[in-house]
Amino acid sequence: MKLVSWFRGEAFQRGVHPPSCKLTAHTRIRRLPFPPRVIVPLSQHIGKPPRPIVKVGQEVVRGQPIAKAEDWLSVPHHAPVTGRVEFIGLKPGMRGPWVESIVIRAHPGATQEDLWGEPRDLSGASAQEILQAVWDTGMVGLGGAAFPTHAKLSVPQQAKVHTLVVNGCECEPYLTCDHRVMVEQSDDLIRGIRYAMRATGARRAIVGIEDNKPDACDAVRAAIARAGTLPEGEIHAEMVPTKYPQGSEKMLIMALFGVEIPAGGLPVSLGMVVNNVGTLAALGRLLPVGQGLTERVVTITGPGVARPGDYIVPIGTPLSFILDFAGAFDAQAKEVILGGPMMGQAAASLEVPITKGISGIVVMRAQDMQLDRERKIYPCIKCAQCVESCPMGLNPSMLGMLAAKREYDLMGSRYHLGECFECGCCSYVCPSNIPLVQQFRVAKQILREKAVARKSS
Amino acid sequence: MTIEIRSAPHIKAPRNVAMIMRHVVFSLMPVCAFFVYQYGLSALASLLVVTGSCLLTERLFVKTGTQAGDISDFSAVITGLLLALSLPPAFPLWMGAVAGFVAIALGKALTGGIGFNVFNPALVGRAFVQAAFPQAIATYSPSFLPGRFSEFVPSSLAWPLMQPADLMLWLKVKQLDALAAATPLARWKFEGVLAGAEELLTSLSGHMAVGPSPLLILLCGSYLAVRRFLDWRIPAAILGSAGLTAWLLFALSPERFPNPFFMLFSGGLILGAVYMATDMATSPVTPKGMWVYGALIGLLTVIIRYYSGLPEGVMYAILIANAATPLIEKVTQPTPFGKSALAKIGHAKRGASYPLHPGYISREEAHAVTPKKRFLWNKPKRDERHKPGEHR
Repeated sequence: MKLVSWFRGEAFQRGVHPPSCKLTAHTRIRRLPFPPRVIVPLSQHIGKPPRPIVKVGQEVVRGQPIAKAEDWLSVPHHAPVTGRVEFIGLKPGMRGPWVESIVIRAHPGATQEDLWGEPRDLSGASAQEILQAVWDTGMVGLGGAAFPTHAKLSVPQQAKVHTLVVNGCECEPYLTCDHRVMVEQSDDLIRGIRYAMRATGARRAIVGIEDNKPDACDAVRAAIARAGTLPEGEIHAEMVPTKYPQGSEKMLIMALFGVEIPAGGLPVSLGMVVNNVGTLAALGRLLPVGQGLTERVVTITGPGVARPGDYIVPIGTPLSFILDFAGAFDAQAKEVILGGPMMGQAAASLEVPITKGISGIVVMRAQDMQLDRERKIYPCIKCAQCVESCPMGLNPSMLGMLAAKREYDLMGSRYHLGECFECGCCSYVCPSNIPLVQQFRVAKQILREKAVARKSS
Repeated sequence: MTIEIRSAPHIKAPRNVAMIMRHVVFSLMPVCAFFVYQYGLSALASLLVVTGSCLLTERLFVKTGTQAGDISDFSAVITGLLLALSLPPAFPLWMGAVAGFVAIALGKALTGGIGFNVFNPALVGRAFVQAAFPQAIATYSPSFLPGRFSEFVPSSLAWPLMQPADLMLWLKVKQLDALAAATPLARWKFEGVLAGAEELLTSLSGHMAVGPSPLLILLCGSYLAVRRFLDWRIPAAILGSAGLTAWLLFALSPERFPNPFFMLFSGGLILGAVYMATDMATSPVTPKGMWVYGALIGLLTVIIRYYSGLPEGVMYAILIANAATPLIEKVTQPTPFGKSALAKIGHAKRGASYPLHPGYISREEAHAVTPKKRFLWNKPKRDERHKPGEHR
């Protein structure tokens, strides 16, 4: 693997270096107790929400399926606690509007062991069987995008995959859950990588780890050495220079291999499949025991938290319970972010639950957000900082001016608005405090609606 | 606990407009200090009056709501300081005040204030006084005059609307070397006297009638460039293109044209390249555009200096390039990630079929070969690029 090492100095162009603030990089993952009731939203991922298969009043056991996948881009859900189904209906969602959810009241003294599922041997399983097993766990990408993992691992007919890229970058400030998973669950991770390699047919797997977590790289390399020579192929851990937004699969592939994924294309068109370390570690833990995804590692951190740390949290635990546990109400917390501070969403309410796609909860105080006191927005002074930082090579300055004039069509057709993946680098650097990426989100939404209207008319 | 809901990103780099402007002002301080040390009281008064005039004008237009921004963003201070540095040190103060007013009123407020100006305000002010007071602006007082801290050069204190006293006469009365009152550029242009190497060196450190010291400006500018408060590409392109053009002409006929070093370090080229052409609002934002813009300025400067009736060409070169900025920007948009020649080959439609990359590596050799960075030798061959109906 000398070639890849040789490319170590080659990261992608542009990008930014936000302060990393990894407060919890060296604390062990801890377990959170059960909340009195968990709220499992049905729609936790991209695609159609699954259909509930339990009734109100029914007793459920931790790990038992409670919702069934409806179609290809939908995954089942499993009961995160042992208890009684209390309510099925609308509950506040993280995006603001209310969403269909299943509420389960936990039995007092319920165990955190998974009681559902039985060990199975997947050593001789075909790719199709492994994909089915992945689907049954209800796994989605735990990095944040929440794309169903079985769909991501299934390779189209004509394409051949030669490399599985494992994304261990975690470039967002504050978040450390992937870091701790790599350090503490590296054997699970290797097992998960092996399943993913069998599912995709890749003969090579490369774990890309940013060089601000050398201990994670050491742990993964040690686990690779422990696994020895594998029938699936070889696994390597590679360090890449730290930069935001390296967690984007396009940027990571650029950093590791120096190739650009074609605009509008997917990594599979270059023979690669990208998966997040947290996802693969969870797969490595769940697949051999046949259990579903009922909990995930969440980083609870930020300057507004008294006891920050990485916690194993049952899916569906309300934010207020977690924040109470981590001591967020002592400080003058101002904003609760689901995900990292660069791309995460502000929680609309503290009653919303943890879903499969939330990798961190960051509690910020007003003074930590480094916003101007009055947040005065100046006109664009064309300082070119946004152009220098846009990893997709767009011209956010021009796009912002067009957005102000509502020239959305021009933004899409001439200035490649569709390429923007909303990493927020432009808004982060803008000295005039212009909400660039926020404007682009609105513009993209309007363009999408226009396209739908055009199609239906 | 009340929570706020805001859209990502939730953190912000500590840099803001006022901070950028403040740093430019800080970096100008050594230049101004040396300017005052060189020319004494007159230069100090000129700096203060011009900057004051700019600030008052800015205040007037912000107060009446004509322009965006506010006075606390320091941008008017930069305009004032640069304008004063680009004028002769003993420029009549009332003319300096007029220049400051015109700079802000016509150069900035007219188009809507900070960020909206098409032309560099300081240069608009200077262009106006160049047209209105051609004689005063061509008269430089020599630097390091004895007694410069105790009395004003008489031209500084001319009555408003009056022409200044003749500087040459005053110098003769004081029994000083009157020749030094013309800048090296003007002397080359109008008297055919080319500055020698020794003179060039002394002019580098500001020891002649040349205005602020070019070396000091380069030093302060490099501080800004390192801190990323200005883009290094623009000064590099200007100096590169001016030097190259001057060298080309010098190589063609060394007896007609001065050597390129003289071109680079005389007059206001360094000040213009480092502080005026890099004005953010009036220069392109695209990296390629910056090179084009800088190259244009360098070329125009040398052409104007050699062929026009003016001794100095930087000002007009920058103003013309400012006007060309929108066009330059339009044709130099950056190539988005994944749209380059190599990436186009493997173009795939999302969700549909996945045509394979022609540089596809088979599963067997995958562990041995890694796709390389795009270089000449692994660019796809022409016939691979144009397989009809296969990769589109």
